Amino acid sequence: MIERSEVMGQPEPTLADQPSATGPAVDPAGLAARPASPVPGQPGPGQNTSDTARAGSASDAAELPVNGYPNGVDTVPHATATAGDLQPYAELGLRDDEYDRIRQILGRRPTQSELAMYSIMWSEHCSYKSSKVHLRQFSEKAPPSDRMLAGIGENAGVIQISDRLAVTFKVESHNHPSFVEPHQGAATGVGGIVRDILAMGARPVAVMDPLRFGAADHPDTARVLPGVVAGIGTYGNSLGLPNIGGEVVFDPCYQGNPLVNALCLGVLPVDRLQNKAAAGPGNIVVLMGAKTGRDGIGGVSVLASATFDEGSEQRRPSVQVGDPFMEKLLIEACLELYDAGLVVGIQDLGGAGLTCALTETAAAAGTGMRVWLERVVLREASMQPHEILASESQERMLLIVAPEKLEAVLKIAEKWGVPASAIGEVTGAAQPAADGQAGAEPGRLLVTWQGHTVVDVPPGSLVDDGPVYARPMREPADLILLQADRAETLPRPSTPEALRETLLRMIGSPNLCDKSWITEQYDRYVLGNTVLAQPEDAGIIRIDEQSGLGVAISVDGNGRYARLDPYNGAKLALAEAYRNVAVTGAKPVAVTDCLNFGSPEDPGVMWQFAEAVRGLADGCAELGIPVTGGNVSFYNQTGAAAIHPTPVVGVLGVLDDVAQRVPMGFARTTGADHDLIFVLGETRMELSGSEWAWVTHEHLGGVPPRVDLAGERTLAELVAEAARVGHLRSAHDLSDGGLAQALVESTLRHGVGARIAVPEGFTAGSMPFVFLFSESAGRAMVAVPRGHEKAFTALCAERGVPWTLIGVTDTNGGELEVRDHFTVGLEELRAAFTSTLPSLFGDNAAPIGSTVTEAVPAAAGGTDAGTTATPVDSAPVDSAPATATTPVDSAPATATATTPVDSAPATTPTPVDSAPVDADATGIPAEAATAPTATPADAGSSGPAPTGTGPDAGSRPAG
Amino acid sequence: MTARIGVVTFPGSLDDRDAARAVRIAGAEAVPLWHDDADLHGVDAVVLPGGFSYGDYLRCGAIARFAPVMETIAAGARDGLPVLGICNGFQILCEAHLLPGALTRNQHLHFRNRDQWLRVESAGTAWTNAFQAGQEVLVPVKNGEGCYVADERTLDELEATGRVVARYLHGNPNGSLRDIAGITNEAGNVVGLMPHPEHAVEALTGPSLDGLGFFTSILKHLAGAPA
Repeated sequence: MIERSEVMGQPEPTLADQPSATGPAVDPAGLAARPASPVPGQPGPGQNTSDTARAGSASDAAELPVNGYPNGVDTVPHATATAGDLQPYAELGLRDDEYDRIRQILGRRPTQSELAMYSIMWSEHCSYKSSKVHLRQFSEKAPPSDRMLAGIGENAGVIQISDRLAVTFKVESHNHPSFVEPHQGAATGVGGIVRDILAMGARPVAVMDPLRFGAADHPDTARVLPGVVAGIGTYGNSLGLPNIGGEVVFDPCYQGNPLVNALCLGVLPVDRLQNKAAAGPGNIVVLMGAKTGRDGIGGVSVLASATFDEGSEQRRPSVQVGDPFMEKLLIEACLELYDAGLVVGIQDLGGAGLTCALTETAAAAGTGMRVWLERVVLREASMQPHEILASESQERMLLIVAPEKLEAVLKIAEKWGVPASAIGEVTGAAQPAADGQAGAEPGRLLVTWQGHTVVDVPPGSLVDDGPVYARPMREPADLILLQADRAETLPRPSTPEALRETLLRMIGSPNLCDKSWITEQYDRYVLGNTVLAQPEDAGIIRIDEQSGLGVAISVDGNGRYARLDPYNGAKLALAEAYRNVAVTGAKPVAVTDCLNFGSPEDPGVMWQFAEAVRGLADGCAELGIPVTGGNVSFYNQTGAAAIHPTPVVGVLGVLDDVAQRVPMGFARTTGADHDLIFVLGETRMELSGSEWAWVTHEHLGGVPPRVDLAGERTLAELVAEAARVGHLRSAHDLSDGGLAQALVESTLRHGVGARIAVPEGFTAGSMPFVFLFSESAGRAMVAVPRGHEKAFTALCAERGVPWTLIGVTDTNGGELEVRDHFTVGLEELRAAFTSTLPSLFGDNAAPIGSTVTEAVPAAAGGTDAGTTATPVDSAPVDSAPATATTPVDSAPATATATTPVDSAPATTPTPVDSAPVDADATGIPAEAATAPTATPADAGSSGPAPTGTGPDAGSRPAG
Repeated sequence: MTARIGVVTFPGSLDDRDAARAVRIAGAEAVPLWHDDADLHGVDAVVLPGGFSYGDYLRCGAIARFAPVMETIAAGARDGLPVLGICNGFQILCEAHLLPGALTRNQHLHFRNRDQWLRVESAGTAWTNAFQAGQEVLVPVKNGEGCYVADERTLDELEATGRVVARYLHGNPNGSLRDIAGITNEAGNVVGLMPHPEHAVEALTGPSLDGLGFFTSILKHLAGAPA
């Protein structure tokens, strides 16, 4: 019935008793006698006649050299006998000294399979050989946490959130595959992180995707972005995981190297926590999930651990191909196995495939393993052992199962239509030699193929004994000049007209504009627990329907800041994610990170990396929340040009009751009632690295905004407390684009207008501009219902958080007014805010033919090296920027004509009345007119420490 | 006695838990049904939930239509068993020929998830009797292949016989002919709906509570139906 339930029939292995170089290959569990069809009762024969034919000739092959090897395969005895043979280790990315080390470990040359295994396990991606020495700080500086049940080194960190529940979350990169093949690259990125979460014993419940692309109007972005978005959507939607947030950032530095990071959140009962250790000699090793094919071979070494150059598109075969349906079944099967208590250990297969899973599970337990490789269910019968070991075929898990539970395990796999086969067994550990292990040498991974021993290695040598490099580091030579070139000296708008024009231009710029074109391609509702999702500051998932317990997550990064100052840039990314979680009323408790950098072989990049790690570790210590896991992605560069250092930081917070969450949009009030709008925190003249400097001057220079993590912490505590007692109707973090951006987003969310005045100290010259567009950190904008303002400001004073009353919301006003400066109708704002992506990537509300057909920009095919290949996206029309010829600014008329823009939920179909119906002429309450900058301690002097970054901050000049 | 509403889980079903939650919130008992089990376990009505049954390989709903449970459901539906197909469930109902027409790829070729206004055109079905005809409701849509198509004669017949259950308002999210969001069979017991009412049953997680009406309708219907 189930299309994919059939399991492939491998030919009956006839070889279990053949001697191997290290001793007789015995089969104590009787595996060799087990029917080849791994699922009892499932007929398995006959599907792979070619394989049968080939296997049938195995004995013949003993005499005929095939592939240059006697027996057609490079065996351990053969490797011992041909120690002098040349091997292509350099092509596999291994250095001379690394290769020598392998020979030293093995006491001979590695076999072809072993060489493949070492090359992938010792690749940068798997071994963290360049980053290890720095990443230690995450553990060494970690603040104490009584919530962390699993941390760095596990598949994902696990955080306890109640007596019986825990959550697990992690962010990972899938950058290079997503450039080579955007759709599948991004899709399998989702699949990979989901399996990490699954491997911890958790049900995956949400995903988020921080994405970075080249210039929005670059023709290759029109190839990459639609494919990436469709890939994420296809995979995540098919798994039934709500996509609740993320980022979309455009910058030319990512042109040849987009960043596709994926975060997944999972939930588990505390007692269902799984681990990857292959404990218990005699236990069975089961491979469950999709068939193993030739896809993704060398993904981690060829793709992820090398710099892109000309011809990268030829690496497309190294990209895995995803089958989300199989992953969905795999999830359900695994969860049923966990609940039935049927697995001893479990590990997902991701980068480095079976090699990684076998060696990591064995190394984690200190055990050995005996594997019959021909029992792996293959998609392509002609695969060689080294290909099977290196394949990165998706949707697979490795289970360690007690022998008496094998039948039950296979039965559940069958129920869900997931192929599963027993491929080996756990053998004894090295020290206390277990009884009854007459066979494989204890503590070694022994792999045979058709009776020939192709691998015989100590598993730990691949996992833990990889090379570790303290690579040379040097501050980039251009940094001093870059930092001296401050954006604060750029010409700033000072007239009302110029301010208004700047606002409209900014909110329509690719980084600040509405991202619905992308996020509408993701399912945000499935599972029915999404309390907040993008464009909110953080996504919130209800975990416990009874108590309302839930978690908030935000993921943020700013490559420009990190380029200007990687130490503080990493802290700023942390601060922003922390703040985004905090403004929803949640208490931040844990961190995950995805560190995207250029080549570690470039001392400048390595310095950036070291500084960013140091900043993040210090920042976590200051905020009192630990890094629980994450991922490093190096070699993000094309030729000599590295991307901006881009640490992406995810922060997870806990809400005891999600009903108390604070959304970002101004709320509709009844009658003429207004909420009061406050800005919390200090606004300084901080424009370097800002979105404004980039959009209006294409400028990047100076030093990023000051970081004050103690202040962030105070702000978070204030917001949580104010939310708890009901002082807050809405809250929105201030970051990219400053206050102006926050005002626009909060007004457009539900079509509620606002009237504000710039406070004293910001009224002269270009200072209104500074107030509106500065990107000073540690700030939030909150709306407080009338009647609560006294209690709220008293709370601010008590906590030492500077506050400024700037104005009021105006439900029926239909406009955003900055008094004495300018007024913009919400519809004009909305048109400017929403038209950018549809005009760049196709108005997906338009019927086919009306806009798409006339697009045909020569650009889409392009002369760019990366775009010569036809987009392999399943939706070719996607790649045509529908209105490439239409300048963004002139597009709104057509865009809004066909796009209903009332995406604001739960409001009226006609979101905003264009006619102001307010009795109050000025609209701004008297108290706002004086706009007391009621900083309890004078801004800038005492109060929240202006720098607060400790002695480390001294190494960089502060703003 | 509490009504028992079956919710079918196919391999690849995704909104089955959501449908079950909506059934419970409406006041009925949700009974899980398994694709491979032809027994309906005595349920009073059935919901075919959203998702990607069997990966939506071949064609949306084309494989699910042959599941053992569908044979029983199809037979029951012809005898008056109330069946609501949501999204993928709607696709399955069309593939099973319990409803006319077909759902094809969205005209703009993208998956789209947004909060969508609908007009309930027919309050005469087992699943819409809690609404007023003409009532406007806000319910999420999320689909990649939700573009309803049928030949002109079928469309005319659906219109003439009041079998268009709901229509998209303020913008058609997928290019469906005549803005059709849902239809019913001649008897009014089988309803296919592309939008997701099960995602609009709680203030905290949905854009409205409008979806609940589809689930309270069936309770009303069952209460009035002969045992």
